[in-house]
Amino acid sequence: MSGPRRPTDPSGLERYYVLTGGRSGPGGSASGLDVATLIISRAAPAPGLQHEHEEILRLCRDPLSVAELGALLGLPFNILAVLLSDLLDAGRVEARDPLPASAAGRGPDLALLEEVLSGLQRL
Amino acid sequence: MDFKGFDHPDRQPDGGTRSVKVMIAGGFGTGKTTMVRSVSDIRPLTTEETLTQASAGVDHLIGVTDKQETTVSLDFGKIGINDRLVLYLFGTPGQERFWFLWNGLFKGALGAVVLVDTRRLASSFRAVEEMERQNVPFVIALNVFPDSEEHPVEEIRDALDIPAHTPVVAFDARDRASSRDVLIALIQHLKDRTAPSLELR
Repeated sequence: MSGPRRPTDPSGLERYYVLTGGRSGPGGSASGLDVATLIISRAAPAPGLQHEHEEILRLCRDPLSVAELGALLGLPFNILAVLLSDLLDAGRVEARDPLPASAAGRGPDLALLEEVLSGLQRL
Repeated sequence: MDFKGFDHPDRQPDGGTRSVKVMIAGGFGTGKTTMVRSVSDIRPLTTEETLTQASAGVDHLIGVTDKQETTVSLDFGKIGINDRLVLYLFGTPGQERFWFLWNGLFKGALGAVVLVDTRRLASSFRAVEEMERQNVPFVIALNVFPDSEEHPVEEIRDALDIPAHTPVVAFDARDRASSRDVLIALIQHLKDRTAPSLELR
């Protein structure tokens, strides 16, 4: 059944290598990205940008989570994080982390919980 | 391609939208994806992470080369809370051993819902343990399958060793209102918790 071995790459690893320039993990500003972090474009897609960077800027005119971006672009989280780190470092996007239920040393954020609760009750 | 959105005159500037996240945990086949699907405003999506882990059984040596790439998927949905707050729901991977590999998966979550199939209580043991270990506040949601026997809540609480302050509710993951009520129970539980010692790490 198997013919001569050809250099196939079913996992897409080669593609990811090209996309990220061989960088394997997010460094710098993207290392704290969460799947629920919202990404918002702060610049228009400019000519000469890498295709994926351009796509991210287009998709994030309205806030979009890292998870949604990953699903829409078909990229795993760690690869997307590298691309987002480029855009964050260049100031082309803004990242907003998910709000925690309580901030360190400050107890529960009751106003936030109340807001979520009333939103759910309206569903 | 349409780049007009950027300078469209009547486009409202983004009003500082923020997100919150809730994790839906539980053993394999307990209804996590069903719950995400029934309560989400959008068709649930899947995001992936490629994890590198040392092959099973090898020593924890630094620089070990025998590694495996594993793709772990998260199903997720979202609920618009109001015009400036979005709730994301993430169904955790069925295999709990991946939870700690996905760095920070539970970090920053408001809390978690642990789904339990009352016909197979044992399948959610690990999920309960993991929530306690990671100090994630949670509620237990008994997904009532059509052929589930009646299980008194207290019996299940004992069987799963759930602390008295943790709510246990019964629901139907296929039903939107029922799934929403579980989320309401979680947020109510978070509100009821007091004292700084209970904060998320």
